[in-house]
Amino acid sequence: MSTKPTLVVIGNGMVGHHFLENLIASDIKDHYHLVTFCEEQRPAYDRVHLSEFFSGKSAEDLSMVSEGFFANNNITLHLGDKAVAIDTENKWVSSEKGLAISYDKLVLATGSYPFVPPVPGHDRKNCFVYRTIEDLEAMNNAAKTAQVGAVIGGGLLGLEAAKALQDLKLKTHVVQFSPRLMAAQLDDGGAQMLADKIEALGVSVLTSKNTTQIVDGTECLHKMIFADGTELETDMILFSAGIRPRDDIARASGIAVGSRGGIIIDNQCKTSAPDVYAIGECAVWNEQTFGLVAPGYSMARTVVADLAGKDASFTGADMSTKLKLNGVDVASIGDPHASTPGSLVYTYQNGAEEIYKRIVVSADKKKLLGAVLVGDASGYGTLLQYCLNGIDLPANPDSLILPSRSDESVGLGPDALPANAQICSCFDVTKGQICTAIESGCHTMGALKDSTKAATGCGGCSALLKSVLDCELDKAGFEVNTDLCEHFAYTRQDLYNLIMVNEIKTFDELLKQQGKGRGCEVCRQAVGSILASYWNDYILKTEHLSLQDTNDTFLANMQKDGTYSVVPRMTGGEVTPDGLIAIGQIAKKYKLYTKVTGGQRVDLFGARVDQLPLIWQELIDAGFESGHAYGKSLRTVKSCVGSTWCRFGVDDSVGLAVELENRYKGLRSPHKIKFAVSGCTRECAEAQSKDIGIIATEGGWNLYVCGNGGMKPRHGDLFATNLDKETLIKYIDRVLTFYSRTADRLQRTSVWMENMEGGLDYLRSVVIDDKLGVCADLEAQMQRVVDTYQCEWKTTIADESKLKRFRHFINSDKTDENILFVEERGQIRPANEQERQHMTVMEEA
Amino acid sequence: MSHWIDICPLEDLQPDSGVCALVEDQQVAIFYMPKDNAVFAVNNYDPFGKVHVLSRGLLGDIKGEPMIASPLYKQHFSLLTGQCFEDESISIPVYAVRIENHRVAVSLEE
Ligand code: SRM
Ligand SMILES: Cc1cc2nc3c(=O)[nH]c(=O)nc-3n(C[C@H](O)[C@H](O)[C@H](O)COP(=O)(O)OP(=O)(O)OC[C@H]3O[C@@H](n4cnc5c(N)ncnc54)[C@H](O)[C@@H]3O)c2cc1C
Ligand code: SF4
Ligand code: FES
Repeated sequence: MSTKPTLVVIGNGMVGHHFLENLIASDIKDHYHLVTFCEEQRPAYDRVHLSEFFSGKSAEDLSMVSEGFFANNNITLHLGDKAVAIDTENKWVSSEKGLAISYDKLVLATGSYPFVPPVPGHDRKNCFVYRTIEDLEAMNNAAKTAQVGAVIGGGLLGLEAAKALQDLKLKTHVVQFSPRLMAAQLDDGGAQMLADKIEALGVSVLTSKNTTQIVDGTECLHKMIFADGTELETDMILFSAGIRPRDDIARASGIAVGSRGGIIIDNQCKTSAPDVYAIGECAVWNEQTFGLVAPGYSMARTVVADLAGKDASFTGADMSTKLKLNGVDVASIGDPHASTPGSLVYTYQNGAEEIYKRIVVSADKKKLLGAVLVGDASGYGTLLQYCLNGIDLPANPDSLILPSRSDESVGLGPDALPANAQICSCFDVTKGQICTAIESGCHTMGALKDSTKAATGCGGCSALLKSVLDCELDKAGFEVNTDLCEHFAYTRQDLYNLIMVNEIKTFDELLKQQGKGRGCEVCRQAVGSILASYWNDYILKTEHLSLQDTNDTFLANMQKDGTYSVVPRMTGGEVTPDGLIAIGQIAKKYKLYTKVTGGQRVDLFGARVDQLPLIWQELIDAGFESGHAYGKSLRTVKSCVGSTWCRFGVDDSVGLAVELENRYKGLRSPHKIKFAVSGCTRECAEAQSKDIGIIATEGGWNLYVCGNGGMKPRHGDLFATNLDKETLIKYIDRVLTFYSRTADRLQRTSVWMENMEGGLDYLRSVVIDDKLGVCADLEAQMQRVVDTYQCEWKTTIADESKLKRFRHFINSDKTDENILFVEERGQIRPANEQERQHMTVMEEA
Repeated sequence: MSHWIDICPLEDLQPDSGVCALVEDQQVAIFYMPKDNAVFAVNNYDPFGKVHVLSRGLLGDIKGEPMIASPLYKQHFSLLTGQCFEDESISIPVYAVRIENHRVAVSLEE
């Protein structure tokens, strides 16, 4: 038996666990025999990121417990057991499962529970709260049969829950008792702007609604009846009407609790009972409770220090927060309601861009007391630092929230922060600690997060952390390396300019002039792409051949089994019956797998390298051209059927798509480019998800740019409206050439635009207003490319010397006998590992 | 003593690129770097993609060491040792290759 004193922690939630971790990391780690009661079925998990459960995070992903934590540190964990009584006189705790453990020190970390207003009907089926993984599992189940969901409560948590309901595909309503959302953090102006934004996400916001009853609905499961006589039907109800400290066990044991609930603690987090502490959301300090993790963590650290006999005090906490909703920037700092006597308020409101900012400043205009940001919270880090560190404000404090109209920067550079400035409030990490970590070699965000824990809590500090990192690296003389690769100390844009200015036509020439070594797959492909987009040479010219990825060198896409796919161009997705028949016959003859692609054309798979020229010869004879499916180049211009046939069509979308595809086919670019043209705003061609999207309107063509699908979809931005065809083509020429010249390698138009300083407005100023005076040049370059187009397959087939490469063996006419197919749904597919083994055995037998 | 097998005339090699030869039932990828007047030969089998395609990869060097990048999943292999740069436990067979009288020959012993 251990003779060590026993320390019992009731509650293994976020704060209770942080306490254990800190204790284990301290020098008194071996002083106690540690026991913890955990009422939930699983040990501590990250409640702050609970909503990510709906975006695919599992309970394990959310767990805060490192492997073997309890066992390795000799902590006795009573999982699924609730402490029910404390005898503060004889110092023991008893549990629901009947354990009785005597303690020397006791820490209460019981958190809080969601408050459910006692409305008649609140306990009906499919009425939930939002606090535990079990709550979310139940919601998930109910959502399968529900259409409509309502959240009661429009605070931080309520809005997060509403987003979750929406992600579960429910028509979502937020029902708020008071006249404004996030009443604790926002003023009227900010709340109104927020409500507009939330509605724009498709969530309806009902304010000043007092729910008096929940009864059977007619269309949905429930009907909510409000005090003003109105009603709302919904299948699911989520209560998020605030939290209450879980002080029941303390109350029952005679430990002092506050008048509005919560276990009363002093500056050392001690309760009224000897050797009993309380930390986290269950505690009340100075008549205040704290519904955030950071103050709880700070209490946990205070108790560890106190146990170790060190001086430490909890003296309140900053309650600044940001809302964690994508696309809705909301932040509140310090005292946003200007409750400090004499304080001054500055407000900036921009109705057009839906931005609302307000700062509260001390009477002498020297210190920042609070702030509210809606629509643009980019200033959060800077303002928070002014507020927390009492940094003197600039002479005109309003410059902090007014859009900057000159080049002067009002942001607080990380350099201006003192070393003791707290950067991460969740883990109490100061700028000084971060600088020390950087000095000791943490030069990436990942390394810095691992070593300091900063930015691994709510994540609110990560932008600031990054700027401290960049600033320190810069000061230490580290350059952020933008070299293309070890062979060229230039960016792709530099190389493009060098090639243009010095009229360089081959990789070897460029390597000799500007590079070193033999090159690699990165620089070869990047330079190959630049040369092709500027000079538009035949890409299989001997001097360019070694620059192409295998897909380009064989003018086809390599598949997993080493065979290739064949994609003939079908401009605008249009194909004649004869064309289709020809493709069918060719596919049949060469036994190819055929599939209609997502790009409105037909792909033929399973061609051996030696068959490619034969297949293409037949395709060309039937009138087809290369579809460039292998190149970083224009892929397809999708179309909808348009005014020719469609009863809603406003203009001839197919005609324009065909014309555009013929104009830009073969155009080599930093990454692939896709277009689409829709004949009316119904948008059947999905033009807004393309690099270049065009939609017909009564007034002309509307041009969208820089959209894409793929890994990170982005809708295109409306670039110009009501264009005639000539202007439209002019703008596209300019946008694409400017993209080719200035983008990074393998950067699609969306990322290119997002990284461009000034973004869409800047692009417009270059392309429409000709700010750089380059438009004529951009158009001329495009015209040259258009005029020198060639079907690469035609050129290749006509050149005997090029065909040699399409043999599998340089010294034999045999083919690769390792390529094996089996049949599935009436067509071939590559044999899998098992089938291959089987087939080889058969052959040998 | 190496046993040299004649493959093809030098013109059949692709400058700064690869070809595949059939050498006694083995698929051998042969790479040619005319500027260094160097040829390299490795087995054509890509141990990651599990198919015979290395001759169709991109050529270059990593810190001066000549390498071939797989066309499928872009792992890099040293042309001197066959060692994979990404995975210490993987290497591919490397063969001796020479140019004599404008003809290319490979020896499988090595
Ligand atoms: C064949 C096809 C799938 C199908 O059966 O429908 C396809 C097949 C491939 N896609 Fe795709 N994509 C196909 C339409 C799409 C679409 C839909 C579209 O174009 O409307 C998209 C999303 C739209 C977009 O790009 O914005 C799409 C987004 C991608 C991406 C992700 C790009 C991104 O920016 O995130 C990749 C990966 C990449 O390019 O790095 C990719 C890469 C590939 C590769 C090249 C992967 C590879 O390296 O092997 C596949 C080549 C197969 C081949 O041999 O042809 N494919 N791919 C489609 C060919 C369309 C065509 O006719 O040319
Ligand atoms: C969806 C959601 C989003 C949030 N987002 C943020 C955010 O962005 N930023 C932020 O700072 N905070 C956020 N919070 C709040 C944050 O999660 C809490 O502040 C934090 O969890 C408090 O930690 P705690 O340990 O005090 O309480 P809890 O994490 O609730 O832990 C208390 C634990 O004690 C257990 N317990 C209670 N009584 C007993 C007993 N008698 N015996 C045994 N076990 C017991 C409970 O079951 C529970 O497991 C969010 C909360 C939720 C639900
Ligand atoms: S989605 Fe993935 S698997 Fe499907 S075709 Fe595109 S790249 Fe290939
Ligand atoms: S402030 Fe929450 S992670 Fe840093």
